[in-house]
Amino acid sequence: MGNNKSLGLSDRTSDIILVLFTGLVMILVAYPLYYVLIASFSDPYAVYAGKTFLFPSGFTMKGYSAVFADKNIFTGYLNSIKYTIIGTIFSVSLLYITAYPLSRKDLPGRRLLNIFFIITMYFGGGLIPTYLVVKSTGLINNIWALFLPGGVAVGNMIIVRNYFQNSIPKELIEASEIDGCSHLRTFKEVIIPLSMPIMAVMVVFSMVAYWNDWFTALIYLTGAEKAPLPLVLRNILIKSSASAAQSSTISGGYAELNKITEMIKFASIIVAAAPMLIFYPFVQKYFEQGMMAGAVKG
Amino acid sequence: MKSNTTKGPAAPKKSLGARIRENWQLYLLLIIPVVLTFVYKYIPMYGIQIAFRDYKAGRGIWGSEWVGMYWFERFFNSPNAARMIKNTLLLSLYALLWGFPIPIILSLCINQLRFKRYKRTIQTVLYAPHFISTMVVCGMIRIFLSPSGGLINLIAGTSVDFLTESRWFRTIYIVSGIWQDAGWGCIIYLATLSSVDSSLYEAAKVDGASVFQRILNIDIPALLPMAMLNLIMSAGSLMNVGFEKAWLLQTDLNKATSDVIAVYVYQLGIEQAKYSFSTAIGLFNTVVNLILLFAVNYISKKFNEVDFV
Repeated sequence: MGNNKSLGLSDRTSDIILVLFTGLVMILVAYPLYYVLIASFSDPYAVYAGKTFLFPSGFTMKGYSAVFADKNIFTGYLNSIKYTIIGTIFSVSLLYITAYPLSRKDLPGRRLLNIFFIITMYFGGGLIPTYLVVKSTGLINNIWALFLPGGVAVGNMIIVRNYFQNSIPKELIEASEIDGCSHLRTFKEVIIPLSMPIMAVMVVFSMVAYWNDWFTALIYLTGAEKAPLPLVLRNILIKSSASAAQSSTISGGYAELNKITEMIKFASIIVAAAPMLIFYPFVQKYFEQGMMAGAVKG
Repeated sequence: MKSNTTKGPAAPKKSLGARIRENWQLYLLLIIPVVLTFVYKYIPMYGIQIAFRDYKAGRGIWGSEWVGMYWFERFFNSPNAARMIKNTLLLSLYALLWGFPIPIILSLCINQLRFKRYKRTIQTVLYAPHFISTMVVCGMIRIFLSPSGGLINLIAGTSVDFLTESRWFRTIYIVSGIWQDAGWGCIIYLATLSSVDSSLYEAAKVDGASVFQRILNIDIPALLPMAMLNLIMSAGSLMNVGFEKAWLLQTDLNKATSDVIAVYVYQLGIEQAKYSFSTAIGLFNTVVNLILLFAVNYISKKFNEVDFV
C-alpha cells in the first residue's frame, strides 16, 4: 500500500507536468490567432508600436467597415460561399456514388475499378497536361473548372468505402435485398441514412477544401469577378496593395490609406478564417470516429 | 471477411453475364466518376508526351515536333537546376523530420490527460489552424515577420526582415507548417490510442507503472504500426513540396532557398506558357516520387501489418 501511495503522488506530478506542457502548446497554437483578432480591433500604429499583446488598444471597428465596404472582398466572399456550397454537394455526391458500388464485394470488376481510381492517387499528368485538357473541354474561366477536374477525391473515397464495408451491418443490406429492394433503393434507404457520421466528416472536409482553395481558381478562373475570397486577399495580404476601390474612396492621403490597408489585413484574416473556425467544433467528435472506421482495411 | 457458409445453402454460381446484369444499377452509379477520372486524370497522363515534343498549341500534340530529351537536358544544364532539386528535397526532408515526431509526442501527452473537458478543449484548439487557408496563413506570417512592428521583431526587440534573408526561409516554412498541421496530425494517433484496451492500463497501474512507463510500454507499441504507415506515406511524396506556401513566401531575395521545383513548373507553364518545358520538369519530379514510392513500398512489405498500395 505504501508503494501505491507514492504512485498516487507521482501520478499527480505527471498530471501537472502534462497539463502544463499541453497548456503551453495550446497557447503557442492559439496566440497567433488571438493576436490577429485583437489587432483587428486596434489602431494599427498601436499594434506596430508593440502596445497590443493581450487586449485591443485604441478600439476601433474601422478595419471591418473597410473590409465590408470593399467591393472586391464582398464579391470574393459571395463567390467563395457559392463555390463551397456547389463544390461540397458535388464532391460528396461523387464520393458516395463511387464508394457504394466499390464497397459491394459481389460486384464483378470491383478490383479493377479500385485500381483504376487508386492509380490516380500516385500518378498524374501534372500541371500543364491537366491544364490543356481542362482548356480543351472548355472550362477556362468557367466555375465548373473548380469541381470537375478534381474528380473523385480518392483518399476520401477509400475512407467512405471502408466505412460502408465495416460500419454498416451486412445483415441490414441483405435484409433489404431479400425484401426485393434494388441496389439503388438499398443505397437510398439503408446506406445513406446509416452513414451520417462519415457524411458529416466528408461534408466538413469538402467545405474546408473549397472555402480555402485558391490555386485552382488562380489557374483556371481568369476573370477577376470570379475570384474566390483567398485569391482576392492575395492582393491585400501578400502584395500589400490597397485595392483601387479603396484608394479612390479615401480622402486622407497616403498615410491614411496606408493605415486602412494595415487594418484591412487584420480584419480580412478574421473574416476569411471565421466561418470554418466557428463551424468545425460542432462536428469535431465525428473526426476521430470517421478516421478510425476509414483507416481499417475492409 | 465473412465466410460463405453464413449465407446458408450454397447458391449455384451464376455466370459472369448474369452477375453483371444483376448489378447494372451499380455500374450506372459509376459512370460519372469513371468518365470524370478518365477525362481529367488519364487523358493528361497521355498528354505527358509533350515533355518530349516542342508543343505548339496550333499543331496539337501529334503535330508538334518530337525533340526527345531536349527539355530535360536544358533543365539539367541550367544553372538553377541543382539548386532547385536541393531546395525541394531539403525542404521536404526537414518538414518530415520535424513534422513526423511532433504529432506522436503530442498525442501521447494528450491521451494521458484525465480531465475530459480540458482534453477536448486542447484538441479543438490544436485542430484550428488546419481549417485556415494557406493564403491566410501566409498573410499572417508576413504580418508577424514584418521588420517594422511585426510580432516576432517586437518580442525579440530586433528589426530583421526575415523574408528577405534566405537563411530564414526553411525555418519559416517548417515552423508555420507545424503550427498549422501538427495538431491535425494527432487525430489518427488519438483515434488509435483510444482503442487501446483499458484493462492494460489497469494492469499496469496495479504493477506500479508510472505514467511514463505506461506510455513507453503500452502507448508507443500501440502507435507503432500507424506511425510506420505515416512515415512511409510521407517518404513516398518527398518531392511534393507544396506549391502554395513556397510561392506565397518567395521574395526576390530569399530565392537561394525558396526556389523549388513546383514554383518553377508553375512559372514556366502558366505564366510563360512554355508548356513542354514545364511538363518535362513536372515529369522529372513525378518520376523521382514514384521511385521513392516503390522503394518505400518495397520496404513496407517487410512489415506485414502495413500495406498501403
